[in-house]
Amino acid sequence: MPIVILALAIVFGSINPNFWSATNLANVSRQISILALLALGQTFAILSGGIDLSVGSLLALVSVVCAQQMKAFGLVEGITAGILAGGLAGLVNGLIIAKARVPPFIATLGMLVAARGAALTLSGGLPIAGLPREFLVLGAGYLGPFPIPTVIAAVAFVLAHGILRRTRFGRYVYAMGSNEEAAVLSGINVANYKMLVYITSGLFAGVAGVILTSRVISGQPTLGEVQELYSIAAVVIGGGRISGGVGGIGTTLMGVLVLGILGNGLNLVQVSSYIQNIVIGAIIVGAVYVDLARERRS
Amino acid sequence: MTDASPFLQLHAIVKRFPGVLALNDVGLDVRRGEVHALLGENGAGKSTLIKTVSGVYRPDNGEIRVDGRSVHIRNPHAAQALGISTIYQEFTLAPDMTVAENIFLGREPLRLRALSIVDRKALIRQTRDVLASLDLHIDPEAIVKDLGVAQQQMVEIAKALSLDARLIIMDEPTATLTSHEIDRLFEAIARLKQRNVAVIYVSHRLDEVKAVCDRATILRDGTCVATVPVASTTIDEMIRLMVGRDLKDKFPKRQSEPREEMLRVEQLTRKGVLHGVTFSVRRGEIVGIAGLVGSKRTETARAIFGVDPIDSGRILLRGKPVNVRRPGDAIRHGIALVPEDRKRHGIFGTLSVWENVVLSALRRFSRRGILDVRREKQRAQEFVTSLRIATTDLEKRVLELSGGNQQKVVIAKWLNTNAEVFLFDEPTRGIDVGGKIEVYKLMGELISRGAAIVMISSELPEILGLSDRILVMREGSICGEFDRADATEEKILNCALRGAA
Repeated sequence: MPIVILALAIVFGSINPNFWSATNLANVSRQISILALLALGQTFAILSGGIDLSVGSLLALVSVVCAQQMKAFGLVEGITAGILAGGLAGLVNGLIIAKARVPPFIATLGMLVAARGAALTLSGGLPIAGLPREFLVLGAGYLGPFPIPTVIAAVAFVLAHGILRRTRFGRYVYAMGSNEEAAVLSGINVANYKMLVYITSGLFAGVAGVILTSRVISGQPTLGEVQELYSIAAVVIGGGRISGGVGGIGTTLMGVLVLGILGNGLNLVQVSSYIQNIVIGAIIVGAVYVDLARERRS
Repeated sequence: MTDASPFLQLHAIVKRFPGVLALNDVGLDVRRGEVHALLGENGAGKSTLIKTVSGVYRPDNGEIRVDGRSVHIRNPHAAQALGISTIYQEFTLAPDMTVAENIFLGREPLRLRALSIVDRKALIRQTRDVLASLDLHIDPEAIVKDLGVAQQQMVEIAKALSLDARLIIMDEPTATLTSHEIDRLFEAIARLKQRNVAVIYVSHRLDEVKAVCDRATILRDGTCVATVPVASTTIDEMIRLMVGRDLKDKFPKRQSEPREEMLRVEQLTRKGVLHGVTFSVRRGEIVGIAGLVGSKRTETARAIFGVDPIDSGRILLRGKPVNVRRPGDAIRHGIALVPEDRKRHGIFGTLSVWENVVLSALRRFSRRGILDVRREKQRAQEFVTSLRIATTDLEKRVLELSGGNQQKVVIAKWLNTNAEVFLFDEPTRGIDVGGKIEVYKLMGELISRGAAIVMISSELPEILGLSDRILVMREGSICGEFDRADATEEKILNCALRGAA
């Protein structure tokens, strides 16, 4: 997979050398930070044998809550409220999935629709402007040569990797995804850890939503359409298995990079975004097919 | 008066699976209009044989003749075309469709062939005819899932008849029926006989076999031992034919010195499943639990381990009552359950050997929330060595190991939790002889280190070879208890079949 990424980069770079410019690389990494954060949360959900279809809509909900609270109380309060809103939605998802035992696909599908509705209700269907100018720094600023969103995403990656590989929670996520019944019989409190999975996914969506709000310097109830699908695509392209138990932060990172470079590269060579979608669709299927074919042969 | 010419003849049938010779030179003949019983213990080959006749398996060797002609039954569809229908324990009806739709599924009478429009009137009429021929009073338009189990079974039989079945195989048909419903089933079988339809009747219930069957074929260890006329054979003789074999001396000789009582269960009850199950196990002792399919032994283990809830009863560890409501509680009290189906319940196939081995004891490897991976792998290596798990690589995914080694990984996982009471459910199922011996040795070591073991097994030699005491379960309650000294296969099977001690 890293070879593919390198190959893509070389191909695009040779067609349009602007690809390698510092400005472009900074732009790409800034743009995919949002997707990266969503994909991180999605990784937890998919690894555990579930899925989170609501993360796109959560971006909108978080944005609206963040903006409203920021205008009412202040910068820090707005940011905190936004992230908590994501976590709270994740908790609701988790309760429905773990306690009511509704399948994750259905539960998060319901949240996808409901969260979007909530965002539109809270905002009256209109964008919420008038946020403090300092807030712009989060989305548009730099830490040294690196865009701040990229730094945040990088830190999130390291954190997520640590959680998955080095904590009991992470190990149980893999176990649940590999064989949920065996997990129950091995003494794992599957209900509690499932809730934690969706709270995690919600929190990552919360952070992403706050950053996105900063970039558009307003609360937008229309954010995030279709983004949940790209987050799933990133996990899967990187090699994560949709049935759970296989994959990780590293593989998700690969998937995010592929999508990011593809999107940016195709832009630079002036391929229309409609065709880009066809290409991405083909790659999603192709990547999974290659993975499965390799598995079947062994 | 049955037509004496055979409808089905099996000659020298051989069927192999990896590591197992399931059918070894089996012969069988079933006459038209005959009700022919197929008897044998768990694992004797009954299931393999009927699947061979019904086209699910193809024999490696031997000949099958239908109506005197040699045939190759390639798949279940081909079997049906030859007039062989099978009614399994798990019904194959579509629960949300009507009786009529189910019976004629795929063969509905059509009004306009080109447009595939079903002729509903004809469908109902033909269904009524089929049901009437069995004297069944079931509404053709009833939804199958609303029918009782017995009626669903009747619909299956009607469906087979409508396919012009000339041989119907019934696998444990009375397992879920009340005695009144069993009478109705026997009436239906009598009607089948009148129409010269043959029946292969697979069952553990020998009194039923005596009531309704003409002849019986007994299988043992994959071979056909005898075919007898039921009327002149006693149940005792049938049991003796099912069992008669010498105990192979492959069980480690142990000095068992059972000490104090470790586990006691009292009056475990769950409505419809367990009825007042009571027994105890001491340190250094192996208690074997024998019984037939459906005797609820696995359910007992699951109840003790906290997987399934109980309505009433107590569990005591070292004399003190404990509250076990979920597996986590059981584990904390030092109980371990090695499940029957390791693929579905025991191993994490996509995870590595070391991850599997440490999984139930992670708390011990974490310091301030962070797992010490190096110590985990070290500990896993210790177990791999001491249990002789055949893998050179700890990172290998467990699904790539052999059955015996997978079972060892599961046992290692529990050893890691310092369990003192082990519940083994079919510990050597699907494992070859070499692997079995290793598992037996392991169990011996556990005992000498002071553990208490409850072992559920369907393999009588295993039960007799390893247990200090043997309990026999039947339909959710304990019907007999034997000491190692005076237990024999016949006594156990007798108890399991009839419930008498």
